[in-house]
Amino acid sequence: MRLIRLDEEDDFEGWRDAARGLALARIPPGDVAWQVGGAAGDLFASAAAPPAAQAPAGTPGFSVPRGFVDLARTAICHSDPERFSLLYALLLRLRDAPRALEDAADPLVRRIEAMAKAVRRDIHKMHAFVRFREVTDQTADGADARYVAWFEPEHHIVRAAAPFFARRFAAMRWSILTPELSVHWDGATLTESPGATREQAPSGDPIEETWKTYYASIFNPARLKIGAMVKEMPRKYWKNMPETALVGELIAGAQAREARMVEASRDRIGGNVEVAWAAVREEAMACTRCPLYRCGTQTVFGEGPLGAPLMFVGEQPGDQEDLAGRPFVGPAGQLFDRALGDAGIDRSSAYVTNAVKHFKFERRGKRRIHSKPDAGEIEACRWWIDQERSLLRPQVTVALGATAARSLFGRTVTISALRGQPHQARDGGETWVTVHPSFLLRVRDDKEAEYARFVEDLARIGERVKALA
Amino acid sequence: MERMARLDTREKLAILADAAKYDASCASSGTSKRDSRDGKGIGSTEGMGICHAYAPDGRCISLLKILLTNSCIFDCHYCINRKSSNVRRARFTPEEVVALTLSFYRRNYIEGLFLSSGIIRSSDYTMEQIVAVARSLREEHDFRGYIHLKTIPDADPELVRLAGLYADRVSINVELPTERGLKRLAPEKDGGRIEGAMADVKAAIVDREDAKKKYKSAPSFAPAGQSTQMIVGADSASDRDIVLRANNLYDRFRLRRVYYSAFSPIPDASAVLPLQRPPLMREHRLYQSDWLMRFYGFSAGEVADAADAGGMMPLDIDPKLAWALKFREHFPVDLNRAPREALLRVPGLGVKAVNRIVASRRWRRLRLDDVARLTVSLAKVRPFIVTEDWRPTLLTDRADLAAWTKPAQTQLELFGG
Repeated sequence: MRLIRLDEEDDFEGWRDAARGLALARIPPGDVAWQVGGAAGDLFASAAAPPAAQAPAGTPGFSVPRGFVDLARTAICHSDPERFSLLYALLLRLRDAPRALEDAADPLVRRIEAMAKAVRRDIHKMHAFVRFREVTDQTADGADARYVAWFEPEHHIVRAAAPFFARRFAAMRWSILTPELSVHWDGATLTESPGATREQAPSGDPIEETWKTYYASIFNPARLKIGAMVKEMPRKYWKNMPETALVGELIAGAQAREARMVEASRDRIGGNVEVAWAAVREEAMACTRCPLYRCGTQTVFGEGPLGAPLMFVGEQPGDQEDLAGRPFVGPAGQLFDRALGDAGIDRSSAYVTNAVKHFKFERRGKRRIHSKPDAGEIEACRWWIDQERSLLRPQVTVALGATAARSLFGRTVTISALRGQPHQARDGGETWVTVHPSFLLRVRDDKEAEYARFVEDLARIGERVKALA
Repeated sequence: MERMARLDTREKLAILADAAKYDASCASSGTSKRDSRDGKGIGSTEGMGICHAYAPDGRCISLLKILLTNSCIFDCHYCINRKSSNVRRARFTPEEVVALTLSFYRRNYIEGLFLSSGIIRSSDYTMEQIVAVARSLREEHDFRGYIHLKTIPDADPELVRLAGLYADRVSINVELPTERGLKRLAPEKDGGRIEGAMADVKAAIVDREDAKKKYKSAPSFAPAGQSTQMIVGADSASDRDIVLRANNLYDRFRLRRVYYSAFSPIPDASAVLPLQRPPLMREHRLYQSDWLMRFYGFSAGEVADAADAGGMMPLDIDPKLAWALKFREHFPVDLNRAPREALLRVPGLGVKAVNRIVASRRWRRLRLDDVARLTVSLAKVRPFIVTEDWRPTLLTDRADLAAWTKPAQTQLELFGG
């Protein structure tokens, strides 16, 4: 067993000199122990062994690809004690197969690349999360500002990370203190000193309160994404970042803040709901959210008083509605009006609209025959129903038929199972379900009884609206 | 005295950062490399930007992102700063912004400044104020960090030219993906004029690149290019509409980035806005779609094809998987033989994994074990690939493949345990 002593945890030059000699002599990786500084090493290593093996005279040297040098220089900063020996094993392999590094699927290559990646990330996070605090030194010439940071990296990266700060803050005097090594910049040269403790770094900076104000204000409480934050700013770094002291309260207050914003805008709607509704309607006129806009004449938007406590949702405009641009004016609409009258409901007191706002049809000769909208079309059009419902906020909504029910509940439902009692729509509103009036036109058996049942449903709904008023 | 001034700055900062947070962009990447090793000035840019902190909304904090003022003569409904809003108003002087930027920068809090503004008095006046900040930072303080300036529609082209001279990036937001949405929500903004301004910036960038080829000393114009932002969920645009619009913008204006910002409730909202915000996942899916176009060789039409009949991307699976499930005839892909373009289409294989596969298959016939080392999730990739020891027998025809490949829903617990 040979013992190789390296000067520092990130002593790439020392490792390279030793590894080159060992590889030329083809010493197997298992026969080499690596040690940093004077720390107690492998008990079985022969301390008397020469630091670097000598290759037999006349052995030609060998070169490794540039990529390996970069990879090794980075990976050697990793905290894994096995890194020296893993890198040496890879070097030995490269001696015989100089392109072996390209085999990215090889377990050893993968492991070393993963180490290098962890090191690069740690360096990047150090560049990101170091927080300088200003201290004023009294010198012969007067006061002089110096910037000092305390940082705790995971790997042996301080030396590799320091030049960045020298490039960026060249005209400042600064120090970065870490447990293992401290680096200092005096405006011209980088110097090192041994590791330090947190107590040796300044405990605050008045600007930090301003920075925390910024951190709190730039945060949007309506879009909490805690996982995304923690992934990029792991908690191990938090203790040295002043702004993270606010994270807990920002998260705790976020939902309430969002709810207040939504509530406040709800209250404002009362004021200019007409403007808002007209704007939405105008936008809907140019809707291309699903392919149906190509066949219909126009978008048929809902109509009725915007303060209506009752909203009827039908399926889609038919032939006559498509031409008139108004909902429920065709044969089914006329039947609907009659039933409303029989149930004692004034149609002009209700808002009437459709789940799908374009006419879908098949052409048969000169006639346009109604064709049922599919789930995608219902879903595409739900945007408009949602707009109408959030503007009107009716106390009771009535789904006329399966398409309307699907739009309001977000799933396929059976009309007969839900008829006659209130349910919760997906936005929480009270919703009743009954058949579509066109069903009454189509049905063959018991036409009278079906009509009576429809009127009965409507009458019950009318009572409910009165009760809620 | 100084104490009062600081308090005052903090109050303004609270208002003017709050007002700026609806702009999603915080990038500080892709500009020319600079440093201050000559001992003069301060700052550097290193190609790759740095996110100096993350807020609990998951967004990166790379720049000091503020408005010069949140007063505005416009009344855009989606905007917290619109004329009719009751928010508190504040205004920074250019000197205050410069001092704040430098004091944050020296402490390594930020990469630089992202400055925008509500429009006061006139477009030219507002643009002049923005340019004055950038000029002071660059010329008086020799600041070499990153600067992103918002340009104001209709501002004098000479001012926009100056902005591009001082800034690494300039941007102007198209705001809404559809013309009809812009008309409803920003009645005073004009889509044609916004696009005109973007075309001018593109022309200036191209000009300056040509000049640079001839004279090395030619000053650069916005070396990090231009970007824009669309608000998602405030108008009726479908994901398909948005993807196609983004592609159109990339093509015509050579944008570096299109940002998608899920509309979110704002204090003192206008009644014209929807009450409900769209799911944040929708925004995420749009960014993924954007990546498919920029890095994975998908055409905009192909990405749009991954949408459902209503033009929406599925929320529960990513668009690449949605595309693969819809166009199964392209799978399985033989990892040992298929060209790079085909590998990039495999759900679960990122660009890096594809590069590794292409490099390593010169050395070995790839087996599942190898793939497991090269990818994040073998389970996700497996139904779509062929390796030396694996072929998914009829698997891509399974009706329940979608359920099979969906990622398990997990949520990170922050304060658990």
